Amino acid sequence: MSLRSLIEDQMRQVAAEQQKRLAPLSDELVLLDSGLDSLCFAIVVARLEDELGEDPFATSEDIDFPITFGDFVRFYDRVAA
Amino acid sequence: MTASPPEAAGPAPSLKDRIAAALVSGAASALIGAERSVTLSGLADGWFLSSPASEVAGRCVLVRTRSPLAAALALTSLDGIAGRLILCPPDLDATQLAQAAATAGADLMVGDVEDDEGPSGLAHHRIAFEPIRGGPDGVAGAPATEWALFTSGTSGAPKMVAHTLQGLTGAIGQPGAVASAPPPVWATFYDIRRYGGLQMLLRALTGGVSLLLTDAREPPAGFLGRMRDHGVTHLAGTPSHWRRALMSPALAELSPRYLRLSGEIADQAVLDSLRARFPQAAIGHAYASTEAGVGFEVTDGLAGFPAAYLERDDGTVAMRVVDGTLQLRSARTARGYLGADAPPLGDADGWVDTGDLVERRGERFHFLGRRSGVINVGGLKISPEEVEAVINACPGVRMSRVVGRASPLLGALVAAEVVLTDAAGDPAGARGLIMAHCRATLPPHKTPASIRFVEALKVGAAGKLERRLA
Repeated sequence: MSLRSLIEDQMRQVAAEQQKRLAPLSDELVLLDSGLDSLCFAIVVARLEDELGEDPFATSEDIDFPITFGDFVRFYDRVAA
Repeated sequence: MTASPPEAAGPAPSLKDRIAAALVSGAASALIGAERSVTLSGLADGWFLSSPASEVAGRCVLVRTRSPLAAALALTSLDGIAGRLILCPPDLDATQLAQAAATAGADLMVGDVEDDEGPSGLAHHRIAFEPIRGGPDGVAGAPATEWALFTSGTSGAPKMVAHTLQGLTGAIGQPGAVASAPPPVWATFYDIRRYGGLQMLLRALTGGVSLLLTDAREPPAGFLGRMRDHGVTHLAGTPSHWRRALMSPALAELSPRYLRLSGEIADQAVLDSLRARFPQAAIGHAYASTEAGVGFEVTDGLAGFPAAYLERDDGTVAMRVVDGTLQLRSARTARGYLGADAPPLGDADGWVDTGDLVERRGERFHFLGRRSGVINVGGLKISPEEVEAVINACPGVRMSRVVGRASPLLGALVAAEVVLTDAAGDPAGARGLIMAHCRATLPPHKTPASIRFVEALKVGAAGKLERRLA
């Protein structure tokens, strides 16, 4: 499974669990407009850490937080590379 | 730091007196909510309660509001008039409200919601957004109104601590103040009905400056847009609030002069991210608790605090570390918990045990988390035992342990380790069952973010589950 579809799956699952309506995931989607709240994001990041063994929010030297869904995928892409 | 007048020098000035004293003539400072605003001069002059001041003088008043601005109107009207005011946080449920009313000896309730009846038998008065007749002229109020605040507690009956306006405002200085700079415009991500947000409210009111308020109903992007429109210069929130703001494109449109973090551990990553985003701004992280008051502020951009703070004595706050836990002794400490059976807040010498674990690394102390194992999810504190009790009630569960799992976005998340009665059982089915049960019983932040099945959990010599930060 690609990194992108793994992230999409996690976002869909957490949105369903937390009863949030997830916006269609495009590169340009601003994360804060995705329908997920900060708790949802924290859970997505924790579960991705379980899956990937990586948490770029905790380990990245990059201190620019991702703003769009595309940024988010690239954020993970860089640590996975 | 602004020195507090000594208590012996007669009755302390009321909040209204202090707003009036701070107002610069011609300045249009205001409290600005999402839906409406009230000027500080209006606050200093007006009476905003449907009951005349003579009816609340000396009484014990519950302040329970939907809008934070209404709470500010009530607090300003009541200070110096009511004997005790009890500031209810927005998420207090009906049972907790009734318990609090009984513990505090409430005589009446003020609120901004028509159909909110509150505890039975308690008279209910409305908070108006326009000043109305019935002000305190000629009414003998209370010399020093007691302010009761809820601790950011975990479960069961909420605890309240009693403060005075003097103690609450004791730490308020003017950070990042430059004499020639225009007056600051503050905004706070905190709710002003909790200690951290109340600090921001009192800072603005006693400094005569504007403050933007928000509440859970306003989306973050909307609040950031209002900050841009009002030219916010000073901005305060928890590290979790800040991490969320850093993910918003709207943050780029702000140019704050001062950023403040408190309420959770400020780690180096969030401090560095803010420094990179706002190279010109002063950035401070403060340590405070509802019980102990504001302890100190760190302004060197580094996580933790200098070990030298332990030796310093500014006459107001002293600090020490006992068994790895931070203790504070301060003029800003609350008077005590409310309630007949309440434990003492501090020891005989006035030291308050904060319950926060610290570790010395070189010349600096770093925060490790809560000694009690309490999990702090974005500023909301969760008792592991409460969540364990819910999980343990699920069929097929033998026992569970709930721990904090470090989260770079919210500080911590709830993680559960579960032992099933039938080790050969179906973990996927059990996971679904446990999650469904937790979601039906607990608010979202208390529901485990992850569940791990284990064969056994270690029980210590005292027969208690061994707890540690995962």
